[in-house]
Amino acid sequence: MFPAIEIRQVHKRFGNVQALRGVDLSIQQGEFFALLGPNGAGKSTLINILAGLALADSGYLKVLGHDVRANYREARRSIGVVPQELVYDAFFTVREMLQFQSGYFNLRDNSAWIDELLESLGLADKADVYVRSLSGGMKRRVLVAQALVHKPPVIVLDEPTAGVDVELRQSLWAFIRRLNREGHTIVLTTHYLEEAETLCSRIAMLKQGEIVALDTTANLLNRYAAIQVSIRLNPPRLPESLQPLLCGQDGEVFRFSLKHHAELEDVLRTLRMEEIRVVELDVSKPDLEDVFLRLVRS
Amino acid sequence: MTGLWTLFYKEILRFWKVSLQTILSPVVTTLLYLLIFSHVLEEHVLVYPGVNYTAFLIPGLVMMAMLQNAFANSSSSLIQAKMNGSIVFILLPPLAYWEFFTAYVAASVARGLVVGLGVGLAGLWFAAVPLVHPLWMLAFALLGSAMLGAMGIISSLWAESYDQMSAVQNFIIVPLTFLSGVFYSTASLSPLWRGVSRFNPFFYLIDGFRYGFFGASDVSPLFGLSIVATCFLALSLTTLLLLKSGYKLRK
Repeated sequence: MFPAIEIRQVHKRFGNVQALRGVDLSIQQGEFFALLGPNGAGKSTLINILAGLALADSGYLKVLGHDVRANYREARRSIGVVPQELVYDAFFTVREMLQFQSGYFNLRDNSAWIDELLESLGLADKADVYVRSLSGGMKRRVLVAQALVHKPPVIVLDEPTAGVDVELRQSLWAFIRRLNREGHTIVLTTHYLEEAETLCSRIAMLKQGEIVALDTTANLLNRYAAIQVSIRLNPPRLPESLQPLLCGQDGEVFRFSLKHHAELEDVLRTLRMEEIRVVELDVSKPDLEDVFLRLVRS
Repeated sequence: MTGLWTLFYKEILRFWKVSLQTILSPVVTTLLYLLIFSHVLEEHVLVYPGVNYTAFLIPGLVMMAMLQNAFANSSSSLIQAKMNGSIVFILLPPLAYWEFFTAYVAASVARGLVVGLGVGLAGLWFAAVPLVHPLWMLAFALLGSAMLGAMGIISSLWAESYDQMSAVQNFIIVPLTFLSGVFYSTASLSPLWRGVSRFNPFFYLIDGFRYGFFGASDVSPLFGLSIVATCFLALSLTTLLLLKSGYKLRK
């Protein structure tokens, strides 16, 4: 079985800026994958090259085994891309746009799927409205519908929830999750890290055109994210042996940064031995933001 | 063929939806030229024996309107799509570069012919124009519109702003059409300017198109047709190569 996406040694330069520096990445069929990184890391460039909107200087990219340049027709039939920019054609209605998009993919009669897409994305009552007159959130839904019009096995969403309201975000993710359950591979870039953490099973982090981390979400959290523990002590003093773990103090509250939950047991045992009582304990879950910040700042 | 057909249909619909601007407006503007020039020059100019100036003017104006509108169709559609980003809708699907070319050129030809037909029919109100060689007329009409459709694609690929696009329109296309013999026969020019006119491919389009109506022309229609066909092939080849390479479309 071919990987959904295979990227090997892809380099791309824009003038003096080296946007991608030998990116290697393989995404398996059926994965829900996140591509994260700060602005300018190369996420959109990589997606654009994958979609055929930009050309790599070297290396190759394949979608379901089809090279994006040599077999561009098969590659493009296999992938649906929701672009980051809120773009639309001012001359046409929502339904016309979807019919054109179907035609470009050689689908003669696609009205049943178009109707289903309109219904699923809450666009049914906007079908005959000009796209230009829709709100930003609605335009975003049209972009998603356009990307899915040919039922692509691989779906790439470049910042699909940027600037959209909570309701749309939730309905969009419910729909995308359904597609993933039905076997579609989903690749997503987002600035909402909690989205990636909740939805994606694997994550790649890009920084200055290079992949700096690639692992399952759980492993990344374990490896990079610290557990923040706040403890109110009575008497408010800390044994010498725990000082290295301390990352801050606010009156009687001591804040620790721990790598694993197991370390918490060591802290509590030491406190018991020193006869210091724990009055209050708060443990915060590690999140992807810690991983992200740590990798970006490193 | 569905992809190509869809793109062609979309382009037709694009100009049809704003037909006041894309069809009626150029027809009215061209008729104003006809009204003014024929009023001023009707009594003073005789170009071909037995053909009054208004009748002489009509085929030239029809061809000028076809050329300018064929150019405007592909160029405005593509530059708008490039500027507002909606070009991605035709770059993401599996359309071949030759399908892209064929759809845009065919839509340009369609708009050129519709506007040309509008000007021609309205022109009949002013003067009766014979149609001696309809196939010659049609050959020049098709090749001229297709040539300008291809030029529209090249220009809009090159242009990075509406300003640059308008510069091509105003400093290249309009002068070449106005100085191609729309309003006069190049036989009336001095030998120097007559020679210079021969380097303007639009001259052969106007002259050959007019031959289709009157059976008279400044140069042999066969020679004109071969020049025009060569220009069309060269422009088409250039456009196809640019589209294949992704010039300013796929970064």
